[in-house]
Amino acid sequence: MILAVDTSLGTAVAIVADDGALRAEASTDDPMGHAEVIGDLLRDVVDGADGDTVTHVVAGMGPGPFTGLRIGIAAARTFALGRRIPVVPVPSHLAAALTAIDEDGVDGRFAIVTDARRREVAVTVFDGVDEMGIPRVVAETVLVPRAGLDDALSGTTGIEVSTLSAADLARVGARAIAAGRTLAGEEPLYLRHPDVSVPGAPKKVGL
Amino acid sequence: MTEPLVLGIETSCDETGIGIVRGRTLLSNTIASSMDEHARYGGVVPEVAARAHLEALQPSIDAALTEAGVRLDDLDAVAVTSGPGLAGALMVGVGAAKGLAVALDKPLYAVNHLVGHIAADILTPDSEPLEYPTVALLVSGGHTSLLHVRDLTTDVEMLGETMDDAAGEAFDKVARLLSLPYPGGPEIDRAALDGDPEAIRFPRGLSRASDMAKHRYDFSFSGLKTAVARWVERCEADGVEVPVADVAASFREAVVDVLVTKALAACADLGVPRLLLGGGVIANRRLREVALARAEAAGVTVRIPPLSLCTDNGAMIAALAAELISSGRRPSTLAFGADSTLPVTEIQVGESAAVA
Ligand SMILES: [Zn+2]
Repeated sequence: MILAVDTSLGTAVAIVADDGALRAEASTDDPMGHAEVIGDLLRDVVDGADGDTVTHVVAGMGPGPFTGLRIGIAAARTFALGRRIPVVPVPSHLAAALTAIDEDGVDGRFAIVTDARRREVAVTVFDGVDEMGIPRVVAETVLVPRAGLDDALSGTTGIEVSTLSAADLARVGARAIAAGRTLAGEEPLYLRHPDVSVPGAPKKVGL
Repeated sequence: MTEPLVLGIETSCDETGIGIVRGRTLLSNTIASSMDEHARYGGVVPEVAARAHLEALQPSIDAALTEAGVRLDDLDAVAVTSGPGLAGALMVGVGAAKGLAVALDKPLYAVNHLVGHIAADILTPDSEPLEYPTVALLVSGGHTSLLHVRDLTTDVEMLGETMDDAAGEAFDKVARLLSLPYPGGPEIDRAALDGDPEAIRFPRGLSRASDMAKHRYDFSFSGLKTAVARWVERCEADGVEVPVADVAASFREAVVDVLVTKALAACADLGVPRLLLGGGVIANRRLREVALARAEAAGVTVRIPPLSLCTDNGAMIAALAAELISSGRRPSTLAFGADSTLPVTEIQVGESAAVA
């Protein structure tokens, strides 16, 4: 069984069987409060799915607001450490793409769009699924100004989401594991450098 | 359970601290610091610290387990800092602690960082047990607090704290004024070596009679920092070289003087002849010297934990949780969050209700 944890938007946790069948799912849509809810949601799905036999933990790597995003990744990593099982990092947009294809019947080329704050959105363009059933990325995730989204999409259907399915994240992870593929690195998809500048000379205080 | 085995996670500032204790016995004090990454910015950058915590957690936990020679399954509980501290940094630790506790199905204790600094003292097997009540002075880059500790697990009171910069921050900012690198504490110390601490009479914040009614035990370092800046600018305007050694020594003396004076005033006012020092700025030798000398003259006993336990660390968090467990406290529920301004009176956060 595969546990997936994602805090890139709300807080979403799910356990699916190796064939993708849902065993347990718990989530909140609240874009804040990840630290408060993550423990109870994890315990709910572990209890609900008899989670003793979890073999992998899929961590949703964003993009998403950094502070919340890290909470899920941290919890996924320590859960895996506690069970001595591997962590499988998966870009969060892949979950939304799978939902769009499987649940909503979206066909052909489309883009997953999520809010990135500061009047920007994160955009990843997909086109169907590959031979393993993993949504095929045709343009890597980029940040674009919300005002310029239509230009950036240039005709591609944009699907803006504000929640993610952890079950679909787990399914993408299961397919990646089966295919022996790595979908993301260790580093969260921050897409921005820390917002700091190297200080110049001290400000004068006046004599 | 008399000797609980506890793993503590501390991420309130720029140190990722993982500690493992068995009761009052220290088994590992593993620290990964992101200080070098902050150096180019001249101070701790919260986002940089939070990113570094996420990277350092897993390797630090592994290193601590190896050093302690224990397995995660052996743990009796997990402990974590809930606050005070940098919110985004704290949340990494909170998420990690919850993931670990649920995976292991072990109790979780969410504790107060400042009280953790006091708990560091119980991990010193060679000294007599800490006697209560005691006054505690905690000085670091993140806090400057004067506490009245009647009991470690039940009764800690905030007497006063800084109204603006923490003492460690003041050292960093003044170091920058003097074109010295970050972190400022050791640099100011080095620069002050040949300086005259009496050369310049810099102001002692909140020490005038008019301040003492309302802010008897509070601190303020922003006026001092501005005074140093003025002094440096005046030198430059007059075309004379800044006497860095004298400025550093005089600045440091002003900080040390006000810290020690207020701490010993608290001891005298409360009739408590004991003072515990904690926090990273305790590494400052001049502060320790002055505190020891003036405390002795005042008949106050000073305790200073080893410096590795004075700076932020996970062992003190584990130690505080071990004391809570030994005193019969129930674990926290899983619903607590990070509280960047957690009051010191909240020694444990979110204790679960008694089972009827
Ligand atoms: Zn501290």
